[in-house]
Amino acid sequence: MSSVAQTPGPRSAEEPLFRQMLRATEIDTRMIGMVAALALIWVGFHIYTFVQAGEGVFLTPRNLWNLTVQTSSIAVMATGMVLVIVMRHIDLSIGSIIAFVGNVVGVMQVAWLPSLLGFDHPLIWVVAVLAAIALGAAVGAFHGALVAYIGIPAFIVTLGGQLFWRGAAWWVTTGATIAPLDGRFALIGGGAHGSIGATASWAFAGLACLGIVFGVYSGRQRRARYHFPLRPMWAEITMVALGALVVLGATAVVNAYPWPERVAAQWAEAHNIVIPEGQTLVIGTGYAIPVLIAIACGLLMTFVAKRTKFGRYVYAIGGNPEAAELAGVNTRKITVAVFGVMGALSGVAACIDSARLDSATNALGTLDELYVIAAAVIGGTSLSGGVGTIYGAMIGAIVIQSLQSGMVLCGFDAAAQQMVVGAVLVAAVGIDTFYRRRTAKG
Amino acid sequence: MDAQPRVPLVEMKDISLAFGGLKAVDRAYLEVCPGEVMGLLGHNGAGKSCLIKVLSGAYKRDTGKIFIEGEEVHIDNPRDAKRYGIETIYQTLALADNVDAASNLYLGRELLTRWGTLDDAAMESEARRVMGRLNPNFRRFKDPVSSLSGGQRQSVAIARAIHFNAKILIMDEPTAALGPAETAQVGELVKQLKADGLGIFLISHDIHDVFDLADRVTVMKNGQIVGVGSVDDMTKDEVLGMIILGKCPPGATPGPGAMVD
Repeated sequence: MSSVAQTPGPRSAEEPLFRQMLRATEIDTRMIGMVAALALIWVGFHIYTFVQAGEGVFLTPRNLWNLTVQTSSIAVMATGMVLVIVMRHIDLSIGSIIAFVGNVVGVMQVAWLPSLLGFDHPLIWVVAVLAAIALGAAVGAFHGALVAYIGIPAFIVTLGGQLFWRGAAWWVTTGATIAPLDGRFALIGGGAHGSIGATASWAFAGLACLGIVFGVYSGRQRRARYHFPLRPMWAEITMVALGALVVLGATAVVNAYPWPERVAAQWAEAHNIVIPEGQTLVIGTGYAIPVLIAIACGLLMTFVAKRTKFGRYVYAIGGNPEAAELAGVNTRKITVAVFGVMGALSGVAACIDSARLDSATNALGTLDELYVIAAAVIGGTSLSGGVGTIYGAMIGAIVIQSLQSGMVLCGFDAAAQQMVVGAVLVAAVGIDTFYRRRTAKG
Repeated sequence: MDAQPRVPLVEMKDISLAFGGLKAVDRAYLEVCPGEVMGLLGHNGAGKSCLIKVLSGAYKRDTGKIFIEGEEVHIDNPRDAKRYGIETIYQTLALADNVDAASNLYLGRELLTRWGTLDDAAMESEARRVMGRLNPNFRRFKDPVSSLSGGQRQSVAIARAIHFNAKILIMDEPTAALGPAETAQVGELVKQLKADGLGIFLISHDIHDVFDLADRVTVMKNGQIVGVGSVDDMTKDEVLGMIILGKCPPGATPGPGAMVD
């Protein structure tokens, strides 16, 4: 394919130049569609609010920053849901796992750990986070074992789990709301203090750009070592430039959102900085910690899916479970592990969600499973198994969250929001099915 | 072939396998010697595939013993079978359709880098080498195998079976999806592997395939063995009689499934 694009001679008649160039960059055309849909949603809401209120409020640093924070917990879980769905399973229990784990670690922080370590001990948040991940993983692996070894369909196991763990969450606290949580733990939820600031954000962006360059370079090296066809140089450079543009643009946006004036003033007072009369202190917020957690989860899970045996087996099992078993893959172990990973990620999401509210309530994570499944499916994960990408699911999470928060900005009521999100999910799968059928024919 | 008794490479004895009340395999036996092709014949539903899946670890037998080079072995799953050098080309090919040829070739036996991660480049490079020998026209290494033709998919399945130094090769209807040229190619391959000293089970319901390639045949009917004999001592019609009627000719050793006159 790429050799066609490399030859400078006359190109094949039926393939237009643009498509040829697209093919040379090896960008998934599906992904372009998704980004286009996202752009449409963003611009649409911006124009809508402009017409409605005389001021576009969607494409503002403030809203976009909020959007990144709101998306993070769904995005974290979507990375795991991709693998679950790729293996032809489903997990309906994650919202309830969030509630259960959130309440347990909430009680830990408020009641158990302070009496053990002392109030406001710097290790409380570490123990709480590790416990959340371990507990989530244990619950998930238990579900996986029921699916793999007893043969109960995942739909039923996790539907039962949804009821069971929501009830268990209530049981932990007898329905009481746990608040406030540990001060350091609360930073995981974002907010002005739970963000890394402008300087660190630029440093992060620089690292990310270096990472992109290194990734493209090492990929090229690897291919060259085995004399595989290489992508044309201009395509590589375009990819790097696009990646860097996205990273730097996102960083500029989150840095353009200043701390709220009052928070900045308090901070100045605490650090004995005198603000001259008539001026305000502008502190760029930068990336919120939950967003960085989501990015880290995305990178980690991409690595797991693409570069490890475990990931390869998940996809192979999704493509043909019998073939994988006959090839000597221990499909049961992999099933347990996939649900375990999903549970661990739900544990991470439980930390983000409860920290963001600075409290653990019984309603934590309600309906999250549906948003996460929607994110994965909108991101191109096929419910018939075998197909799906981590980055697609993360973009899907941004799409679904953009819709949600855009409708809030436009003043849609909750009922209308639900209807739209539901309709979009069905439409997304419909378009996807149509698209796959067409490409399968062509 | 030669007259003196050899230690069979594989010997399955008294194998039974039932699904509920249905006896799919009933006290069957099967053997193959090094450098020998053993044909396994029978109608659809005669129990051929079930018997062979016991050997490849896909099914767990209810009774019976399996010996490899005279020693009893325990095969409970496909991983066990592979450890003893038993490789299978399944009738359904058993490929993971959504991943590429190299990933299928190495499924369950991935090459890793020194960091413990998948070494895709090395696997693809090796796959190009292997496939280049087996099917020089094979070019589509990046595409999922679902987009390949029947013959190309077959060559991926065959490459996977022979690439890892198999001692015993099971071919379940290996030419079912192939055209005449590719069928001839598979025939050549069988002869070559036989010369390398592998023991090969060739399963088919097509008697012509088997007669051309096999040294001996075992015929099954209703889950039981009708008889075992050398192809030199039998005519095609006699073997057909074994398959259809269960009538064991004088050139073969009758089994429990043989029709009693």
